[in-house]
Amino acid sequence: MNSEYFVNLLIVFISAAFVSNVVLSQFLGICSFVGISNKIKTATGMGVAVIFVITLASLIASAIYKAILYPLGLDYLKTIVFIMVIACLVQFVEMVIKKFSPTLYNALGVYLPLITTNCAVLGVALINVQADYDVITSIVNGFGTAVGYTVAIILMAGIRERMEYNEITKSFKGSPIVLITATLMAMAFYGFAGLV
Amino acid sequence: MNKYVERLYNGVVKENPTFVMMLGMCPTLAVTTSAINGAGMGLSTTVVLAAANLLISALRKFIPDKVRMPSYIVVVASLVTIVQLLLQAYIPSINEALGIYIPLIVVNCIIFGRVEAYAAKNPIGVSFFDGIGMGLGFTIALIAIGAFRELLGAGTLFGYAVMPESFEPIAIFVQAPGAFLVLAMLTALQNKFKLPSATNTGRNSGLSCGGNCANCSSETYAAYHSDLNKAKEIAATVNAKKTQKED
Repeated sequence: MNSEYFVNLLIVFISAAFVSNVVLSQFLGICSFVGISNKIKTATGMGVAVIFVITLASLIASAIYKAILYPLGLDYLKTIVFIMVIACLVQFVEMVIKKFSPTLYNALGVYLPLITTNCAVLGVALINVQADYDVITSIVNGFGTAVGYTVAIILMAGIRERMEYNEITKSFKGSPIVLITATLMAMAFYGFAGLV
Repeated sequence: MNKYVERLYNGVVKENPTFVMMLGMCPTLAVTTSAINGAGMGLSTTVVLAAANLLISALRKFIPDKVRMPSYIVVVASLVTIVQLLLQAYIPSINEALGIYIPLIVVNCIIFGRVEAYAAKNPIGVSFFDGIGMGLGFTIALIAIGAFRELLGAGTLFGYAVMPESFEPIAIFVQAPGAFLVLAMLTALQNKFKLPSATNTGRNSGLSCGGNCANCSSETYAAYHSDLNKAKEIAATVNAKKTQKED
């Protein structure tokens, strides 16, 4: 644990959150990014739920891989194991916060079922394995990715709220203009490319 | 029409998963940087989809309703692992180009949508053909989008240079923003020409069923069909009035 290690963690975080943004450059989690980004409030709720689940899922998936799958030579089972772990985790988190914090459940509850099939969660777990990150780097990478997702979806929701009363060419109403916005945001995020 | 042929037609044309249902957007945007990548992704998904439909349909009377989602996940994830290992062994270049998007077939909306909405309720034969039809529809769409992006962004088609040398490739088309741009133009054209698509049925479902993959399938289909039928009814009454006037 020297300073080099922490600098490395910082680089992993920034690169996961901004440089290779999970939505705008890796196209993971597009469904929810386009689907529930019409209000800042819901976008924030979804973002917080995603941060929570991805960080936890990165920790558990990475720990299982390092402690069980890899030593036993079972790494070809990782897709099955990870998706099951994520599905169980989401269910478990839902049950726990329903029991212990009804306010939190009211805020995040509706988004949790959407997360099981969100490809970002499984994607991050697989990227952690592919890049051969240790458990702590995996958590940081997961957290960074989720922050990137949250930033992107909240920015998108903000733009969409402003666009709501704009006059848009008829053919571009609805999904097309949202995708055009995503195009421009993806270009803007290229600005982070030189950062790391 | 033969019921098997009807399933194929349904998957490729009538309910094309990409152009009409607007499902599975992650792979659609991510891997269509070239036609060959699109073909690789499409065919891998087809294999998984056909096999998943076949297996789930065969097991539909044995899987208890309460644990059906986890059971589907295990079946689909196992099939995806098999496909990934086969690709690693026989077509490593495609496996490398598609990277993590191959294991991510597990969370592709199209697969859960079809398994839940079709294979869990229908006999083995038609379910299998439904999977093949949907898979082919997806493959054709990915190849079309991939070819378009590759042609404009790199001036090649399936890796062969086809554009004249004076053509300056518009590199943005093979980069991330280009993917969004192409899809935006596609949906705009669909709106313009009133082509059937999940994005212009006037409901909130929109792209990728509003982010709720697991539950979208049946709802989106139902919404799409009821809208289509309504439009047909209106057209029929208008036509009937016209003929009455002419009489």
